[in-house]
Amino acid sequence: MALPLLAFLILFPLFIAFLVLFVRKEAFFAVIIYPAAVILIVATCFLLGLSAGGSPTLIAVHAGWVEPLMLVVEVLAAIYLLFLAIKQRDWTVSALVIIQTVVLLGFHFSRAGEVHTRAELFIDVFSVMMGLVVGIVGTLIAVFAVGYMRDMHHHQHEIPDGRRVFFSIIFLFLSAMFGVCFSNNLSWMFFFWEITTVCSFLMIRYKGDATSVKNAFWALRWNLLGGLAFLIGIIYLCLTHHTIELDKMLALPKAWVMLPVALFCFAGLTKSAQLPFSSWLVGAMVAPTPVSALLHSSTMVKAGVYIVLRLATSLEGTFVGLIVAFVGLITFLICSFICISQNDAKKVLAYSTIANLGLIILCAGIGSPQAVWAGMLLIVFHAVSKGLLFLCVGSIEHKLHSRQIEDMSGLIIRLPKLSVMLQIGIAGMFLAPFGMLISKWAVLRAIVDFNPFFALFLIYGSTATLFFWVKWLGKVITVEKDYKNEETGISLDQWIPMGILTALTVLICGLFSPFANILIEPYIVALYGREVTLGAGNMLIMSIMLTFIALFPLTFLPTRGVKMAKPYLGGANVGDGRQFRDSLGGVKPMHMKNFYMEEYFSETRLMRLGVIVTTVFLAAMLAAGGM
Amino acid sequence: MSWITGLAFVFFAPFVGGLIAGFDRKITARLQGRIGPPILQPFYDVGKLLQKDNLVVRRSQHLYTEFFFVLTIFTGALFFAGGDLLLVIFSLAMAGVFFALGGYKASSPYSFIGAQREVLQMVSYEPAVLLAAVGMYMVTGSFKVSVIAAYPKPLVMLLPGIFFAFFFILPVKFRKSPFDLSTSHHAHQEIVKGITTEISGKTLALVEIAHWYEYVFVLGMGYLFFASNIWLGLVMTFVIFELLLVVDNSTARVRWQAMMASSWIVALVAGGLNILYLMLRH
Repeated sequence: MALPLLAFLILFPLFIAFLVLFVRKEAFFAVIIYPAAVILIVATCFLLGLSAGGSPTLIAVHAGWVEPLMLVVEVLAAIYLLFLAIKQRDWTVSALVIIQTVVLLGFHFSRAGEVHTRAELFIDVFSVMMGLVVGIVGTLIAVFAVGYMRDMHHHQHEIPDGRRVFFSIIFLFLSAMFGVCFSNNLSWMFFFWEITTVCSFLMIRYKGDATSVKNAFWALRWNLLGGLAFLIGIIYLCLTHHTIELDKMLALPKAWVMLPVALFCFAGLTKSAQLPFSSWLVGAMVAPTPVSALLHSSTMVKAGVYIVLRLATSLEGTFVGLIVAFVGLITFLICSFICISQNDAKKVLAYSTIANLGLIILCAGIGSPQAVWAGMLLIVFHAVSKGLLFLCVGSIEHKLHSRQIEDMSGLIIRLPKLSVMLQIGIAGMFLAPFGMLISKWAVLRAIVDFNPFFALFLIYGSTATLFFWVKWLGKVITVEKDYKNEETGISLDQWIPMGILTALTVLICGLFSPFANILIEPYIVALYGREVTLGAGNMLIMSIMLTFIALFPLTFLPTRGVKMAKPYLGGANVGDGRQFRDSLGGVKPMHMKNFYMEEYFSETRLMRLGVIVTTVFLAAMLAAGGM
Repeated sequence: MSWITGLAFVFFAPFVGGLIAGFDRKITARLQGRIGPPILQPFYDVGKLLQKDNLVVRRSQHLYTEFFFVLTIFTGALFFAGGDLLLVIFSLAMAGVFFALGGYKASSPYSFIGAQREVLQMVSYEPAVLLAAVGMYMVTGSFKVSVIAAYPKPLVMLLPGIFFAFFFILPVKFRKSPFDLSTSHHAHQEIVKGITTEISGKTLALVEIAHWYEYVFVLGMGYLFFASNIWLGLVMTFVIFELLLVVDNSTARVRWQAMMASSWIVALVAGGLNILYLMLRH
């Protein structure tokens, strides 16, 4: 039963990717993509019915043609990338592509028939959970993209309309993501992994201007470097332990697999844009917003943390694990600080994404049951809330023609529905009792047991998070001028995905207990033989808090005995109370601007610091893995 | 500790807190060579506020403040019911966020500045408070307030650095000098009246009462450091409060940069050294 479903999840998006290439009229994108999305979501939900347990169910694929086909695709992709890289005169990328292809071909032809794999695919609750994220959040974002891209091309004529390829890549990417989640054969996982890298590259350069192309190559460079590390890890594993299967590797004693684990972690760190590689993800924000939501926040970068979190048992208590945890922690701290000084909404989301991925990497590096539990929670909560936030910012940008947070004042009046969704998304990121806060709580508990000094860093990082989210939230509800409602022309295919994600943000929080019991607990029990909970009493308190929050909008309904007054402006109010007469008799409007503290939380300085520190530690990690 | 103490907090804390506030004003007056108002003055003030009109700049602005009130009570009740200390701190942050949002919502420049400063204040005290929870967990092995309170030795003996960091940020929570940036208690003002500029009448009364609740809650947290003996705890809580008044009357308000930097550095150094000590102890 499992094999047909997994095959469907991988092949069906591929089929759609092929189909949209032949769309001639704009309206047909919707005709193909909506039903495809519904089918994909339903199919993903069937994953839940598979009664996958905590320990993996291995699935053998008896098809000898798959691996040669993968090799052909890899070589073709390499030739294409090489062609583009040479045209761009990016010699680093060219060199990386050549090295990777040579190594890959050498490996395939020298060991052909040497390693026998018994199961190419597998399924357990963790991969089901990832599959749900990809299938539901990813597909919703794809639907949103239909409306968003339509708007974008109607407004910005200077961007060449490449939507057929765009949607094709989106679905190709979804297929590859399912592949990453369910591959047990590491060379299969590597194949899908590289496909996501190529998709990311093509999507970042979609707009075709110089910046986009430059940033695309920058992203490609780091991801290829990670891919190379991945490949070397596989080859090393194959040569020393004669296996390229994930489950077998995890069953080996920690000390035997330290180098491949370190290399896979390195690959995971590049893919999830941890320091010192973070700059590629920030640059990737030039891509259209659905791409940022799908690839660079909700799913692709999650592949990076997924692989590292998978290795948690091999990392627990090792030096490599300590370094991985430290890199994640530093990334969380530095990127949270940088968020404070950012005014560009997409940049805030980008940095906060990197920061939260850092938190998951931290959990993986610790590798204790509590930490892994918290890390898995973070993956889901972050995917939903951050996906929602990206989509909101995308729609807001189309309406306001700006994505500066300072321009979002009065959003509650100008775009009321969007602003409510934005507010729920933001609350989901940091406010009790929403998902991300539950997870941070769990992380804090896990980290104190691991190393209380790490907790110190976490505390400061999490304090910074509080700061930048509140000031954004505050800006949205502040009314500076006499605004009008401008919320028209946002299509239904943008509203529906955002609406569902908003509902999910609240729902997963409310249904947190059953959710954790079904999708996380079995994995932890199978792995460590014990359970992790936050305590029944605490869950009750969390639900009370959620009820409070849920009641808050209700208080808006009746307007009770209040008298309206003009604000105090320190001078005689003029007109509607948003202007005042100053001491020289002139009329001045009021302005309200947020704190950004550029002098303390400067992006360039903090990044430099973070890159230096983490580079040193990563070098130590690889050296330690080699010893 | 159980839900009964939590409930007791809900009903009696405002009276205790109001008395503390009255006492505070009396002592402060004496320190300044004045006679000062009667002890019950805070209650008279609030009683009068409750009769006044509720003036707002933006409709629904007061709802945020009302939610702050409810959440503050919830936070304290959770604490006195012996709940999870981390959860208490998150709930406290949630209350603070709503208070700040009320200031933003008012859409008046002065309350906007006040709200920003309120957030800065939260950012300043958050590390020290979370560190206190971490330190208490390291000593007692639990985040539950009831377990921490039952620890046989005074926690302050093992957590002197963390206690210092906690004491350092107390003026923030008590809205006292040198850290009363977002809004001030006294006749002297801070950028008009900061976050409470546009809050009036019944809503302002709620802010005052919430503040009484906070008095009791924060002193309760201070009490935890001495909880092994109830008399020691009560005496030391009183001493903490007295010291706070002395600090209030002998310092001038600082700039926000100084507040943030000093509270972060104190928490980092004193708290960090304390954690190092606890780690080495094992």
